[in-house]
Amino acid sequence: MRSEQEFLEYVQGGGQVEATDWLPDEYRAKLVKFVEMHANSELMGVLPEREWILRAPTLQRKLALTAKVQDEVGHAQLIYRVAEDLGKPRDAMFADLLSGKAKFHNVFHYPTKTWGDVGVIAWLVDAAAIISQKALLKCSYAPYARIMKKICWEESFHILHGRDVILAMVTGTPEQFELVQEALTRWWPPLMQFHGNPIPADQDPMVHWRIKSQANEDARQQFLDGYVPQIRELGLEIPDPKLRKNEDGVWEYTEPDWDELKHVVTGHGPKTSERLALRARFLEQEQWVREAVLAA
Amino acid sequence: MIWEVFRRERPGAAFEHSGSVEAPDAEFAEAWAREQYGRRGESVALWLVPRDAVHTVDDWADEFDLKYRRVDGYSIKARLKEARSRVGSTERQS
Amino acid sequence: MAAPPTRQQQLERELLGLADDELIIGWRDSEWTGIAPMLEEDVAFSSIAQNEIGHARAVYELLSDDADALAFDRAPEEYRCAPLVELPLLDWAHTIARRWLYEVADEIRISALKETLPLAAKIDREETYHRLHAEMWHARLQGTPQFRAAVEELWPYALGVLPAAQRDALSARVGLPVVEAVERGTHTDGLAEIWDEMTMVRRSAPAGAQW
Repeated sequence: MRSEQEFLEYVQGGGQVEATDWLPDEYRAKLVKFVEMHANSELMGVLPEREWILRAPTLQRKLALTAKVQDEVGHAQLIYRVAEDLGKPRDAMFADLLSGKAKFHNVFHYPTKTWGDVGVIAWLVDAAAIISQKALLKCSYAPYARIMKKICWEESFHILHGRDVILAMVTGTPEQFELVQEALTRWWPPLMQFHGNPIPADQDPMVHWRIKSQANEDARQQFLDGYVPQIRELGLEIPDPKLRKNEDGVWEYTEPDWDELKHVVTGHGPKTSERLALRARFLEQEQWVREAVLAA
Repeated sequence: MIWEVFRRERPGAAFEHSGSVEAPDAEFAEAWAREQYGRRGESVALWLVPRDAVHTVDDWADEFDLKYRRVDGYSIKARLKEARSRVGSTERQS
Repeated sequence: MAAPPTRQQQLERELLGLADDELIIGWRDSEWTGIAPMLEEDVAFSSIAQNEIGHARAVYELLSDDADALAFDRAPEEYRCAPLVELPLLDWAHTIARRWLYEVADEIRISALKETLPLAAKIDREETYHRLHAEMWHARLQGTPQFRAAVEELWPYALGVLPAAQRDALSARVGLPVVEAVERGTHTDGLAEIWDEMTMVRRSAPAGAQW
């Protein structure tokens, strides 16, 4: 298969390709960029949460949170390997991440302020992520689709853990309930932006090439459908007076600020520079270790 | 070096390719693959194979359409229907 | 004058020291989550940290009905950990040097405990993988100046993990002479900092609150 048209028909018909197959330049470029952003997001997602491992209030929570964050690092490894086999070396991806040339998801540019954030992130951010990840299980690029199976399996533990953390607090003291409410109020706008602006499927290059099988708005609707009832049944308030499911079964809500989303993912989030600087510091500091080990 | 990771999920199952790790030698590959592919008890065994050691075969010639070697090369259904209609039976007699 | 400690009390004191060592070194090791030299090592190292905290928990459960209270609700001076595990060592050479020294010392300590404590045998079996990991890194880095300097610097602290009677064994395995140890019983500034952060969430709710 050597023509872009044949390739397109093949993937749009559900066909999958491997690392050793011929890939059209545009497909390869868009795929690498998408995969790279996903890997960067898993890696950067560790940073908001790692401080709370150190502060976890019980031994069980410390272990569960460490395991969750460990999974995120593991996912980063799995996904970077996919991009590496597509031709982009890990060093180059780290360099692009640190220079701001490559992006990562909006949610990981924000601060975590309390133990309430730990619950909200593990429960709701991971829930939003798992919806996107499930839409990648049938990715036309088979190596990526295959690792998504392991990733989705591991993410399901995170949601359980997050929900358990939240439930313990909402049934605890009024102050603990308030921690959750306050965290939810803060995280709601980034959560609504998480799945991206509502590009129609037929204009979304990721859907065109069957890299993703779900348009952004469908993912968001799925998130709202699944989680708004679960949030409300705990007595928590969602900070959007317009949020409601209409007669057609479609969730209506206050339009997220898409300019803000763009501003954040292009490197201007509240914690972006600090977190990239932390990465850069350790990458540089431990360069000698990589040289001692990988130069085999 | 890239090491391909094959894992056996449970006793009796075949080894399945599950991913790869980059490591300088078998010792590091093992230390790292153990945790990446086994920390939740999801594997009973791993094979770690240097990518270079894998010999790929992915093309065959099928110029003369040797259908008899494949299941789709037989038209059992059509012939059985014809045989039955000759005998006047519509289904297998017990 | 207070009565000398009974054998049972001595054992409990020793076990508390072991549990506190594992808790605090587990805490220090989890500081590397997300920033280890390579992603593959990050994942493996995190398992080690989790195992250590798991060991701490198992020992606390032997000593108390409320392992969390024992782990987190004491004042810093009441912890029995050795100064080695408290040190903030956010560079890989020192971290691996500590890992390696700690595992060698811990093996000596655990072997001695195996006779009186079934739990020690369980811990020892899991520690086998930690020792393999530490040896692997030791073999790779032992020729580097960074690692050698780190081992020398941490050596007096490593000796302090073990009672005096076990230090010759440690010296033989590590290949360094016994020197004056940084003894268990006092704490470095490192512990007060850790304690603050480690307990801040827990202290924000009344005792007995569920998390």
